[in-house]
Amino acid sequence: MLDYAWLMLLFPALGTLIISLFGTRLGKRAVSILAPAMVFLSFVVAVAAFVSLLGLPVDERSREVTLWRWMVVGNFSVDAALLLDQLSITMALAVTCVGFLIHVYSAGYMHDDERVPRYFAFLNLFILAMLTLVLANNYLLLFVGWEGVGLVSYLLIGFWFEKPAAADAGKKAFIVNRVGDFGLLLAIMFIWTGIGSLRFADVFALAPQVWPAGSAVVGAVTLLMLLASTGKSAQIPLYVWLPDAMEGPTPVSALIHAATMVTAGVYMIARSAVLFDLAPASGNWVAWVGVLTAFFAGTIALTQTDLKRILAYSTVSQLGFMFIAVGVGAYAAGIFHLVTHAFFKALLFLSAGSVMHALNGELDIRKMGNLRVKLPTTYWTFLVGAAALAGIPLFSGFFSKDAILFAAFEKQLPVWIIGVITAFITALYSFRMVFVTFWGQERDRRLFNHAHESPRVVTIPLIILAVGAVLTGYIGLPAISAIDGWLAPAFHPAGAAAETHSVALELILLVVSGLIALAGVFAAYQAYMVDPDLPKRVRASLGRVGRLVENKYYIDEIYDMFVVNPLRDLGGWLGGVFDRRGIDGAVNGLAGVTGWLGAQARRLQTGMVGLYALAMLFGAVALLAWLATR
Amino acid sequence: MTLPTLNFLAILPLLILVAATLLVLLADLVVRNKRVLTFLGLLAVAASLAAVLLVRPAAPTFQGMTLADELGLFASVAILVATGLALLLALERTSDFTRRPGAYVALLLLATAGMIVMAKASDFITIFLGLEILSLSLYILVGFAQRDARSNEAALKYFLLGAFASGFFLYGMALIYAATGSTNLAEISKGIASHSASLPFAPLLPIGVGLLLVGYGFKLALVPFHMWTPDVYQGAPTSVTAFMSVATKTAAFASLIRVLAAVWSGDRPWLLALAGLAVVTMTLGNLAALRQTSLKRMLAYSSIAHAGYVLTGLAAGNDRGFEGALYYLIAYTFMNLGAFATIQAVQRRDQNDVTTEQITGLSTQRPGLALLMTVFMFALTGMPPLVGFFGKLYVFSGAVQGGMTWLAIVGVINSAIAAYYYLRVTVLMYMGGATAAAGDIPRTGWAVWTTLVITAVATLALGLWQQPWMESIREAVTLLALR
Amino acid sequence: MPEGYLPILVMVIIASAFAVIALGVSALLGPRRHNPAKDEPYESGILPFGDARRRFPIQFYVVAVLFILFDVEIILMYPWAMMARRLGLFGLIQMGIFVAILLVGFVYAWKNDAFKWQ
Repeated sequence: MLDYAWLMLLFPALGTLIISLFGTRLGKRAVSILAPAMVFLSFVVAVAAFVSLLGLPVDERSREVTLWRWMVVGNFSVDAALLLDQLSITMALAVTCVGFLIHVYSAGYMHDDERVPRYFAFLNLFILAMLTLVLANNYLLLFVGWEGVGLVSYLLIGFWFEKPAAADAGKKAFIVNRVGDFGLLLAIMFIWTGIGSLRFADVFALAPQVWPAGSAVVGAVTLLMLLASTGKSAQIPLYVWLPDAMEGPTPVSALIHAATMVTAGVYMIARSAVLFDLAPASGNWVAWVGVLTAFFAGTIALTQTDLKRILAYSTVSQLGFMFIAVGVGAYAAGIFHLVTHAFFKALLFLSAGSVMHALNGELDIRKMGNLRVKLPTTYWTFLVGAAALAGIPLFSGFFSKDAILFAAFEKQLPVWIIGVITAFITALYSFRMVFVTFWGQERDRRLFNHAHESPRVVTIPLIILAVGAVLTGYIGLPAISAIDGWLAPAFHPAGAAAETHSVALELILLVVSGLIALAGVFAAYQAYMVDPDLPKRVRASLGRVGRLVENKYYIDEIYDMFVVNPLRDLGGWLGGVFDRRGIDGAVNGLAGVTGWLGAQARRLQTGMVGLYALAMLFGAVALLAWLATR
Repeated sequence: MTLPTLNFLAILPLLILVAATLLVLLADLVVRNKRVLTFLGLLAVAASLAAVLLVRPAAPTFQGMTLADELGLFASVAILVATGLALLLALERTSDFTRRPGAYVALLLLATAGMIVMAKASDFITIFLGLEILSLSLYILVGFAQRDARSNEAALKYFLLGAFASGFFLYGMALIYAATGSTNLAEISKGIASHSASLPFAPLLPIGVGLLLVGYGFKLALVPFHMWTPDVYQGAPTSVTAFMSVATKTAAFASLIRVLAAVWSGDRPWLLALAGLAVVTMTLGNLAALRQTSLKRMLAYSSIAHAGYVLTGLAAGNDRGFEGALYYLIAYTFMNLGAFATIQAVQRRDQNDVTTEQITGLSTQRPGLALLMTVFMFALTGMPPLVGFFGKLYVFSGAVQGGMTWLAIVGVINSAIAAYYYLRVTVLMYMGGATAAAGDIPRTGWAVWTTLVITAVATLALGLWQQPWMESIREAVTLLALR
Repeated sequence: MPEGYLPILVMVIIASAFAVIALGVSALLGPRRHNPAKDEPYESGILPFGDARRRFPIQFYVVAVLFILFDVEIILMYPWAMMARRLGLFGLIQMGIFVAILLVGFVYAWKNDAFKWQ
């Protein structure tokens, strides 16, 4: 079966091709069946591959399937090949399973949209790119998938391009991601130059010999990978695009910006475990980036009032937790949280979509309230998701988050402390959403009266995801953790002995984090049900700090001021020097000095040939001076 | 006296092209249906391509004046493909701007012949010959839209500056001759290797190479020798721009690679000079492209930037960089030709340019064109698995290998900046209401569709399946035997 | 062996010296008598009028360019004629091709009315 794993890629590829070529002719109905069916077939293949992998002895659970010889440059060659091992199959299962459910949900959710075929073509393309990313057996193919998901994400965020906000958000996501991608590209070049191969197996086998532990090159490579991951996985400093990405359709937010694409960074770091083990300093960086992001995004989530934005910041925050895990070397815990998060965050987003659907697109939680009466199914599924997110005992998030915090406790105590605080905040904002949205009094009577439960094509995926959001936690029960044993060989191909944990300590920490989550829920109940004025008073007492958090630490404004505007103006000026029509832009761009320069430029840039020749002459003189005096 | 043995088979592709040029000119006098002439041109290109691929003499011919090696073969194929596509592009639209389609086709073929001469030349005399043939043909072609003042202006500027640049080129040749006593690349290489110190005028060598670089820099549009580029690319008829932006680059880069390999001394300062040129070229090209409102002008600046990327590969000074540069040229041929082909498909019959305003909302009127343009824009951005990505990957990793990591970083940052303006085109096409009336965009004929489909498919396929190409490229670079 | 280039240097010096001496001596020794007629651009008495940069009919350029083109290429025939006997049939064919190419251009120019004075 493993040899047919390429079928996993073929189905969504076919789906994309058929829908983009004949989509409008097939009609909405056919497309809404075809696209989910293709992903379902991929899921079936993934399950079959998983089963056959389970049937193999542990040391044979890594299989490469070569599709074709991609390129040969001397003794360097790259194949278009898939790697099937515990890690990639786990990821593929999560992607296809959650992806399938979201496809089904989309069929109902996007029903009234005019461009259903285009939507499903993009969605299938996304599954294709994501599977390419996780199944690749080398860094180059991984990069293809990496850029592919970024591209589709951009297309889908801007899907409703009539809204300028959506178009802008798409562009922002793309550009920010490019900044991260350049890190990965450089890392790939370093690996190519240093090791001479991009195949994972070769790289991980040779790296310890070529690069001594802690050496500068491996540090640079891993830090560049970290940069790439902060872009794709929305961490400090490149997280800014994710909250804006909520302008896209809600299922897209659920699929791409919660469950799958954003986890690519975590996946890549986990995949490169060998390299990160060689560079302990980079691991620390990863952990600290993660914990700071988790904390900051959590505080921002507390202050937002838009349901999807709260979820977006909570995603950023939860990704931070995954970074903590992979940063402290607990790769299995990170992937575990990745999987549970995929389920419960997709669930939360889709439930939020259901709420939005019921309220005519309203997302402001201040206008909601008491919705559990009107939307019982959505309420229960959302509650399950929130409980998992908050880490209430016995829900999936509880186990995975605990596994991360336990690993942090052992390796980095300060990280653990901030992590625990963040866990409290997480519980607080999770249940803030629940209480404000579904409990209490209805605040906007007109909206409330109009509200109605979503059709079954929407609620059934919700119920399935809710079951998943509870059950996925049990694959990683402490002490008997199935996922830990299953994944461990993928991170340490050499077969390093599994670390022994103190079970007693783990149980104590388990109780601690359970109590913290419950404390968060209690605090939310106090603040938003019992004493609704409390948040206002807290906010008033915080003063300037509060405003800072409410405005998301002004990060967007800072980027605009220091990066976006200068670049745009510089471009305008340079264009203006040689271009009549750009000149007004240049003058407006940088006042003062640029105004003067612009005026000079206007005089210079008459398109006069003499000037062009003069530039050539200067260039020639400079070049000759350099070459003659070298 | 014995006559030199002349292996005419070796220059068969050229003979075909030149004969076809004359034939087209004569046929122009008698044929009513001018489309026949374009087909004649296409036939000649196909025959020439077949000759290039089938007749492959190994040794230098014409007393070492021309060399049909793997590099020449590679460049010839790229140039001929570009010519063929440009002819297809012109088929339906030459009547928009000229009453002499015959001369147009003939000049295109002649320019192609010049480019192939230049790419295959292994002697400075032949290099210069090829350079002049291609330049003179292009000067006329650029000004072919006689009723368009901008086209005339472009031709005059290109001519004046081109003559200026030719002067540099000739002077450089003279100094290199003075330093080494030969105009033959193989002899020069041998001379430098064996007794570089004892040559009396050896100090003239770097000066000569520097002057040559100015000449090449002009043709390749390297900063600061680039200033003609936006004016000329915008003013020239779009099919000419499409052709010259890719084919001239291929010819000049192939020749530059040959010259560099011959005078190579492996000296760091030489490489640093190239690296410096590459940095200013990419950076200025990309930044200036950010705010253009004319698509042709934007692509002109973008082509400057791409020349910078290719030069990065040469500055790397190792096999991988050179291979990357060659791959980049093939990649650029397809993606840039495709982009210009789309522009031509969108431009109105009475116009010679497309503004960003005109493509706003294109996807609603012409979804096919918008989709293809998106492919080309993404390829130019460097999005995997399209060709543009691998070009960048190869040249930049060549730089890393050559110990110029900083250059690779500058290059990668540049391609991140470039994403902004390529993406803007896509954004405008898909997002935002339609501004241009659908009737303004002429019907797209089969020839243009063929061009578009060929370029788009190649843009994708050469990225996904590159083993045969890379093997040919590798052989080409190995034969140069860089020290 | 830069000394091999010595004769060239000597020739350059002599040539420039000749030019400088010839002009310099006549400027120093020659008498100067100014009168209005002598200071006119055309001493022959024709009155200069209008701008010196006049516009020519474009046909001048076409004819002039065509003339130069064919004139210069004819020059190639002189050295060929000197060697014609030794080049033999091969040379004859070569020159035939050369002339044929010129002829195509000539016919093209003719048929496109390049020689008509409109």
